[in-house]
Formats: sequence, structure tokens, C-alpha cells
Amino acid sequence: MAAPELEKPSQPISAVPVRHPGRWVAVVVLAVLAAMFVNTVLTNDGFRWDVVGRYLFSAPILNGLQNTLLLTVLSMAIGIVGGIGLAIMRLSPNPVLTSVAGLYIWVFRGTPLIAQLLFWNFLAALYPQLSLGVPFGPAFVVFDTNQLITQFAACLLGLGLNEAAYMAEIVRGGLLSVDEGQTEAAGALGMSRAQTLRRIVLPQAMRVIIPPTGNETISMLKSTSLVVVIGYFELLTSAQRIYSQNFQTIPLLIVVAIWYLALTSVLSVGQAFVERRYGRGATRMSTGGSRMFGMGAQR
Amino acid sequence: MTTPMVEALGIHKSFGRVEVLRGVDLTVMPGEVACLIGPSGSGKSTFLRCINHLERIDAGRMRVDGDLIGYRERGGKLHEMRESEVARQRRDIGMVFQRFNLFPHMTAAENVMEAPLTVRRESRRAARARACALLDRVGLADKYDTYPVQLSGGQQQRVAIARALAMEPRLMLFDEPTSALDPELVGEVLDVMRGLAADGMTMVVVTHEIGFAREVGDTLAFMDEGRIVESGDPRDLVTNPREERTRAFLAKVL
Repeated sequence: MAAPELEKPSQPISAVPVRHPGRWVAVVVLAVLAAMFVNTVLTNDGFRWDVVGRYLFSAPILNGLQNTLLLTVLSMAIGIVGGIGLAIMRLSPNPVLTSVAGLYIWVFRGTPLIAQLLFWNFLAALYPQLSLGVPFGPAFVVFDTNQLITQFAACLLGLGLNEAAYMAEIVRGGLLSVDEGQTEAAGALGMSRAQTLRRIVLPQAMRVIIPPTGNETISMLKSTSLVVVIGYFELLTSAQRIYSQNFQTIPLLIVVAIWYLALTSVLSVGQAFVERRYGRGATRMSTGGSRMFGMGAQR
Repeated sequence: MTTPMVEALGIHKSFGRVEVLRGVDLTVMPGEVACLIGPSGSGKSTFLRCINHLERIDAGRMRVDGDLIGYRERGGKLHEMRESEVARQRRDIGMVFQRFNLFPHMTAAENVMEAPLTVRRESRRAARARACALLDRVGLADKYDTYPVQLSGGQQQRVAIARALAMEPRLMLFDEPTSALDPELVGEVLDVMRGLAADGMTMVVVTHEIGFAREVGDTLAFMDEGRIVESGDPRDLVTNPREERTRAFLAKVL
């Protein structure tokens, strides 16, 4: 009584697929919501798209954008270099180095970033002069703190040193993820500890370090707006200055959002490329590319 | 009289309160293949790792080619060696691990080139030429630019042997080199080791392959509870063990 097409099991299966009515309901609901959203964006005059267009490439906005980029890149550079150093200290067999790094991370992660920015900005109140010389002895050069630590320098110190504390934990996690056998194999070949770290351990740790570092960079992009507390300016501050005068709050916030989204997109693409670079040898199928699609097997 | 390649005298090693090695003596002459067998936990791997100072010994003296390993004797006192000095000693001692420990982010050839490039500062071209020659020698002529994940266990272990040989060691240590392999892949690794032995390489091999030990080994030592229970000619020892513990162990594995 079996149907004829079921008699040959080697034939490709042509079965009736399971129906998913719930999915269709969800699609309809979302489609309606999307239509409502597009409608309001196009019809509500409050968005003032003409104002958005006028300010998107205006000089003050581009100025702010430049500062945002500069602060992000430099602070992240300080953060990453400092983080690697702190992570290596924390994993060192020397208990003094370990606890100094631990103390640093405790202080810089445990106090608000705004407070740290303010602290660096008002360092002159604590130390009007900074000098280079023999400890407890004579000084060779003396600087005026306010001249040495400009607003920009205070921003970098605040953002960068704070970031280093977070990066330290990210890098430490990456270093710990590398199998101990790797260090032993390198050691047995006669490689020094520094060579092993640079050539064997760090490149493998990078696979674990990069994704959260991408997170940190995108987060930093927006954290730079905190520099407003010490009177410096970047993208968001520039927009605020403009709408405090012309009251076009929403259009200028849209301008800012467009720029942040554009920068985040560029960073995401960059991250994918770096991940591919360090994913070499991680998967059987390719030399790393498949992880771009978020489904590469971990071996 | 020739200097022994390995001369271990009264080696002791504890991990915390567990005494893993309780006075191990072993002498391996140049060109000899010494095999170590014994139940798991008998200390044979730990002993092997003491030879290149991956483990620091608590008592005794370890000499390789006449040189004290990890320490310097001066004025009747032992001085710990600096990390760079230990690294220099290790250059001459190749090691092959149970779990291969290849560098996964490098191709087979890059794995073999790594130590000559970073430790001996060879030129890339010279290192590459040697790496290719060594990979040819272990039968992987078509795998130069393959990453370890894409290789079978047996192929990975052969790359690991080539990597150790790239530093032109005087002594090769094998830590259960076939224990992590599927049975059908064991032969290809043992073949490479057989070839090395035939070329006169001094080898210390921790293994469960009694057949290999009997065929290739010049000496066979049976370890149990941190001591060498008996040692001697492999054929004699396998067919005619003197000690009861050796007999019991061999009965289980043969």
C-alpha cells in the first residue's frame, strides 16, 4: 500500500515541510511596525531632514568628529599597550609586579571615568610643578603642570589609563587561553620567554583578545564625549553647542547618530579583517575566513 | 672514555608533597636509544622533562654531554642558571610531546622554521630550505604550507619531529609520541623514529610500544613508583624480566 515514490529510499526526499504560522504572524507584525516607522520619519516635520543635511558636513561637526577620532585612536593605543604590559605583569612570577598591576586595575576600574578625567585636569591643584631628577634629590628639569598637561593631554591620560585597566583583563584572559604546551614546546626549542610571548603566545591569544577589544573601541568612540566635563569638545559636544543656540535638538542628534553609526560600521569591518588575519590555522576548512560569517567551527 | 650523552644521578622530584621521582639513575651513551616503560604515574614523563629542565629537579645531578643541566657548579656550590643559559642548553636537546604541541597559527614549514629563525637568527631562505628538507625526510613533502589542523595526528607528530630536528640537536627526547594517535597512524611515526635511530641519533623514548623498544632500543628501563626497577637489553628484559613488578606490568601490556 506504500506510495510508489517511497519504494526507492535512495531517491532525494521530497517531503512536505513543517508549517510555521507563528513566523508569519511575526513577519506581519514587524512589517506593520516598520511601515509605521518609515511613515513617521518621512511625514513628521520635527525631524527636519533639511537641517540634518545642512549640518552633516558642517565645519563645527567635522571638527568635533576629528577630535572624537583622534581621542579614540590615541586612547585605545595607550589602553592596548598599557593593557598588554599590565597583563604580562599580572601573570609574571614576581609577586611585586603582580600586586602592582592588581592595584592599578583595582583603582582605575573602581573609580568613575569622569572623576579620573577631572583629576588629571586639576592635577595642577595637587602638584603645581612636575620635575625630572633624582628621587628625593635635585631636579634637572621643572615643568609647570598646567603647561605640560593640556586639556587634550588630560583627556588622553583619563581615557587611556582607564582603558588600560580594562584591556589588561582582556589581554590576560587571552594569554591564559593559550595551551601551556605551546610555551613548553617553544621553551624546549630554546626560545626565550620574550620570544615565546611575542611569536607563539600573543598571536594565538589575539583570537580571543580581538572581539572584546572591538567592543572596547566602539565603546571608547562614545566615551570620548565625557571630555565635556573638563571643557574639551568632540562630536557630541559640538552638536550640543549648535542646538543650544538654534534649538534644532533632534536634527543635530540625528547628525551625531549618523556619524557614530558610520564610524562603528568602519570599525566592525576593520575588526573582521583583523580577526581573519589572526584566525589563520584556526579552522579545518579554510585558513580563517569562515569565522567572518560567525559560524566557523573552533576546530 | 666517551662522555655519556645523558647521565642522571639520584634524581629526585616532588610536586608538593607527592614524591614523583625517588632517586633515578640512568646513563645513555652517544648513539644509543634508551626506552623507558612503566605504568602511568610511575614518573617516566617527569624524568624525561627533567633532562631538558622543563621540570626543576630537587636533588641529584643531571648531565647532558657532560654539562650540568640548569645549574653551574662553582666552588663546591650550585648556582641556578639564568633563563637565557637554560634556553641555550635546550637548543641542543630536541623534544617531542605526546600532544604534538605544534604552533597552530603557523604552517608545517613555518613550525619547523621558527626556532632557526628566532633562536639562531638564520636567514628565511636557509631556514625554509632546511625545513623543506626535514619535512621531506619525515615524508611530508606535499604538506609544507598546510596548517596543523588540516593534518592527521600522525602527520602532526612527524612535523613536530622535524621541528625538533631543525635545531640539529645532539639528543632527542620523546614523551609518549604515539599515545595520542589512532592505532593505524602509530606506524608512520615509529618509522620516522626508526630512521632517526638508524642515523645514529641519541634518543630517550618514553613509550608504551614494547615492540618498538624491543626492536630499536639499545636499553630498556622499567620504571615504577619513581624508581627504575630494572634495566638492560630490551630483548632480555621483555622475555626474561627479573623483577616481579616488571613481569606483572609486561603481562598486562603484551
